Amino acid sequence: MAAYIIRRLLLFVPMALGIVTVTFGLLLLIPGDPAAVLLGQEATPEGIASLRRALGLDDPWYLRLGGYIANLLQGDMGRSIFQNAPVSEIILGRLGATVELAVVALLMSVALGVFLGVVAAIRQGGVIDAAAMLFAQLGISMPVYWLALLLMLAFAVQLGWLPAIGRGEPLVEAFGLALIGNPAPLWESLTHIALPALSLALNSAAVISRLVRTSMLEVLNEDFIRTARAKGIRSRAVVWKHGLRNALLPVLSVIGLRFGALLGGAILTETIFAWPGLGQLTISAISQRDLPLIQGIVLTFAMIYALITLTVDLLYAAVDPRIRLK
Amino acid sequence: MKKSLARRIGLPPVLRNASLLIGAALTLTIVGLAVFAPLVATHDLTQMDMTNRFSGPSAAHLLGTDNFGRDLWSRLVYGARISLSISLIAVTASALIGTVVGLVAGYFGGWVDMVLMRITDIFLGFPPLVLVLAIVAVMGPGLFNVALSLVVVSWTEYARVVRSTTLSLRERNYVQAAQALGASSPRILFREILPNSLGPITVLASLGLGTAIIWESALSFLGFGLPPPAPTWGWSLSYGTRFIRDEPWMSIISGAAIMVTVLGFNLLGDGLRDVLDPRRLTRGKG
Repeated sequence: MAAYIIRRLLLFVPMALGIVTVTFGLLLLIPGDPAAVLLGQEATPEGIASLRRALGLDDPWYLRLGGYIANLLQGDMGRSIFQNAPVSEIILGRLGATVELAVVALLMSVALGVFLGVVAAIRQGGVIDAAAMLFAQLGISMPVYWLALLLMLAFAVQLGWLPAIGRGEPLVEAFGLALIGNPAPLWESLTHIALPALSLALNSAAVISRLVRTSMLEVLNEDFIRTARAKGIRSRAVVWKHGLRNALLPVLSVIGLRFGALLGGAILTETIFAWPGLGQLTISAISQRDLPLIQGIVLTFAMIYALITLTVDLLYAAVDPRIRLK
Repeated sequence: MKKSLARRIGLPPVLRNASLLIGAALTLTIVGLAVFAPLVATHDLTQMDMTNRFSGPSAAHLLGTDNFGRDLWSRLVYGARISLSISLIAVTASALIGTVVGLVAGYFGGWVDMVLMRITDIFLGFPPLVLVLAIVAVMGPGLFNVALSLVVVSWTEYARVVRSTTLSLRERNYVQAAQALGASSPRILFREILPNSLGPITVLASLGLGTAIIWESALSFLGFGLPPPAPTWGWSLSYGTRFIRDEPWMSIISGAAIMVTVLGFNLLGDGLRDVLDPRRLTRGKG
């Protein structure tokens, strides 16, 4: 196990370096002189020259990449051009909201996806199965921004049950307040996160339900399930305890991948529901062409994603001995 | 188990057999509408009618009108042209690049494989939409840049799948026979191995078209796709949200166009997978 962990951790280093290099390379994609592009139409030659110096654009690219990495190692992602603040501070201020949204969406999608997948597998070939898989197919084909609008129309505009936009107190803090006897902020936070999280979750729930269904069907045909049934264990216990535990293994690795999709989807959901997270920040950074900020955001997203993939791999190895012994 | 193999895996029978048929029908219809857009469109795209804004579906306007009183049916039909052509360009380029990378990595193995697959992993390491947005942000909107950004995030999938099929095909007798006869590597790769990888590539491409349409529309929705007056679906959907409280129709119908198209490609892809790729079927991939 230790050998596997070390090997997997060592693999993370070139991966992280590659991600940083691609992120850095984004700057090279700018058509023309980045400094001139950044300063826009009123740029003076002196202004451009001084910004080129400030950005280090006159150095060869490998020196700039080296400098970029050296700064990153000290936690320095550069300064935002428009907000005149360190990129890392701006991102840290927004990160919590996005992680909260993505985590809640992930929990929802796993719960819904596993439930639908198992039910479809038990009722294989029947009406419930067909309905669940039709739902999954629609969920996969539905653009998240459209779903978000439909949910907003139904539950916020027409029914008026939930707020259309914004965020309450951070969930963790609201939980704390609820524990000391003030449940109002928690309710407020939950009603605000319901629609954005649900619209973000549905697509992943669809993917997960299909995976759980096929995986479950395979497991239910295995010998140990037949043995369990033969021993007279109740059918429900066989399915949920013996079957699901084994069927979830392949699903675990997909959940990591889904988290990446959720982070990306959060950009769209946050825009629609005015959720004050990284997604909204991304859109404003892009509209202003605030390059250091864009780079910082891309890097943050990619690093979170890479760390989650790493964690999932290690978890997987811990649960399934076949992986670490290979 | 008494149940047949086909019943045990994949979608339930009703849906599975229907998958390919419905998918093909939907896709053909939408591609047909896009190709013959000038014939099926009932109105000029720019023809405004400010006295008739946000009208519902009627005989004069099949799907109603938008905020400028322009005919939504005609705009959606032309919008299909944009979405489909960007997606087709992106998917074709991704499939070409990914296939070559996968063939080379799988066939030559060793350090070539190592390097190519690490590069693939790095690109897989970004949440796709984030990378797409960043590229378009840096390079600016426009047909070519949007397609390029989609290629950057899509080729990896083809590379991984083609590599794994190449790895297994490499060991087959007929490939080894060709090697023994002195066939050159390119000949073996493109004449022996590639034809046998076309099944999975076709399936990926069909599913990929659906994904590309979702991303292209997402870019237009966020305002980074083709700029107006291009009648993109994403723009109509996004612009419609300004009137969402009173006149949600414009957004709803534009989104529906996106979904039906994506659904068509997904159903087609699932159906093709059952037909073309029985090996995956037996492993029961969802």
